[in-house]
Amino acid sequence: MSTYSKEHKLYLQKQKKEKRLVTISRLMIVILFLVIWELLSKYNVINSFLSSRPSEVLKTIITLWQENTLFMHIGITIYEVLLSFAIATIIGFVVATILWRYEILAKIIDPFLTILNSLPKVALGPLIIIWVGASINSIIFMSLLISTFITIITIYQGFKKTPTTYITLLKTMNANNIQIFTKAVLPSNIPTILNALKINISMSLIGVIMGELLVSKSGLGYLIMYGSQVFNINMVITGVVILGIISYIMYFLVEYLENYIKRKRGL
Amino acid sequence: MNNILEVKNLKKTFHTKDGEIQALENVSFELKDQEFVSIIGPSGCGKSTILSILANLEPKSSGTINIKDKKIGYMLQQDSLFEWKTVLENCMLGLELEKKATKENKEKVIKLLETYGLKDFINEYPNHLSGGMRQRVALIRTLATTPDILLLDEALSALDYQSRLAISDDIYKIMKKEKKTVIMVTHDIAEAISMSDRIIVLSKRPAIVKKIYDINLSNKSTPIENRKCKEFSILYDKIWRDLDVHI
Ligand SMILES: Nc1ncnc2c1ncn2[C@@H]1O[C@H](COP(=O)(O)OP(=O)(O)OP(=O)(O)O)[C@@H](O)[C@H]1O
Ligand SMILES: [Mg+2]
Repeated sequence: MSTYSKEHKLYLQKQKKEKRLVTISRLMIVILFLVIWELLSKYNVINSFLSSRPSEVLKTIITLWQENTLFMHIGITIYEVLLSFAIATIIGFVVATILWRYEILAKIIDPFLTILNSLPKVALGPLIIIWVGASINSIIFMSLLISTFITIITIYQGFKKTPTTYITLLKTMNANNIQIFTKAVLPSNIPTILNALKINISMSLIGVIMGELLVSKSGLGYLIMYGSQVFNINMVITGVVILGIISYIMYFLVEYLENYIKRKRGL
Repeated sequence: MNNILEVKNLKKTFHTKDGEIQALENVSFELKDQEFVSIIGPSGCGKSTILSILANLEPKSSGTINIKDKKIGYMLQQDSLFEWKTVLENCMLGLELEKKATKENKEKVIKLLETYGLKDFINEYPNHLSGGMRQRVALIRTLATTPDILLLDEALSALDYQSRLAISDDIYKIMKKEKKTVIMVTHDIAEAISMSDRIIVLSKRPAIVKKIYDINLSNKSTPIENRKCKEFSILYDKIWRDLDVHI
């Protein structure tokens, strides 16, 4: 792109510089945080038994890895999250579509959806175990309870707000309902759907961990629960740290998908 | 020439939560083949409503409409271009819905776009277009499905005066060349006189047909030239008085 003007090149340079500054600053914050944490517990300013320390966390990770359980725990949790995410996405999309098509149905079930969505699902924990059994099914069920309703609501709200001029235009061209859906409602709601996916992935992770805290023999939620039961704070913190990393990666992936689609649609 | 469209005693009342609004009181007119008719009337008097009923978007309350097996193309007041589709894809929309998005038809649409000054924008997205360009894209999108009767709702209102004159000339030429029958809704008296064979003047809401003018300019040619005819100002004056808000 040697055809750019000098001014534009300067502009691009400035953008690049800014991006680098952001990346470096983020890294610095993480490193600084870890170093201070390490030093504070090393010199006993904070109780390292209660609040662990980075080197201990690292040791715990290595131990888990040597015991061949590290990736098993991570894998199980990710598997459960993805399973719940996929089911909630499908249910959310299908139900939102039906509600869009039959508005009267949406009106009827609106209060029930709101109640189900805002109900604190932890309260149902014991019930779920009794109904579904103490297995992975309970974890998925718990996660679905948390993620499905909000997914339905988010996607449906988007569908409902499709600009009426788009729909009128298609009607002037004698489009049927399916065509209106595929030509206007769906494509104009890609941002909404991506947003719903973002919410859904976070909710699924929360749901799975909640489920794992209730019943499980493996997974990061189990690691945290077990750690706290045997008062191994290192294990608890390790679980939390890995969770943080996983949730960031998942969010990052959805955002990457979002940017990719945006670029492809010329926006 | 015989009538291809007859509207008799058309009446329309909208029902909403807040009550009912009578938009059309009694509207009758007919349309001959290849005629260019303008509908002019005060804002909110029910002009768009007439077009919506003709295009089957709204049910009528009473009255009769006779359309002789003709295909209707409706250019809405808003351009409603899909922002996620390119100019060409937008113009192919109607053909896609009719499952006629063939290669030949695509070529035709591309030709139309080229003819009307959009050659360099065929693969651009609408947010890169000016208001006038968007309007032209919307017109070509309507023409793409080759309708017989065109309903144009304020097709030019979004444009500046210069482009407006130029495009009214363009539209007029296309319509005559493609032998289309046109009903055009407008606020602009001069535009109506310069382009139409007949002008239907509506009253305030609820609309009735106040007057119908046959436009017989002495040396009729293109819309821009027509503005120079000696009858122009007389007609302008008459219609202006018909529309007078104080009457
Ligand atoms: N879908 C609708 N529901 C209720 N009222 C409506 C609806 N569409 C139009 N109206 C009412 O009917 C009347 C006529 O509307 P219409 O859009 O036909 O006017 P118009 O002559 O096209 O106005 P403008 O020149 O501003 O475009 C208005 O008072 C409007 O509020
Ligand atoms: Mg209107």
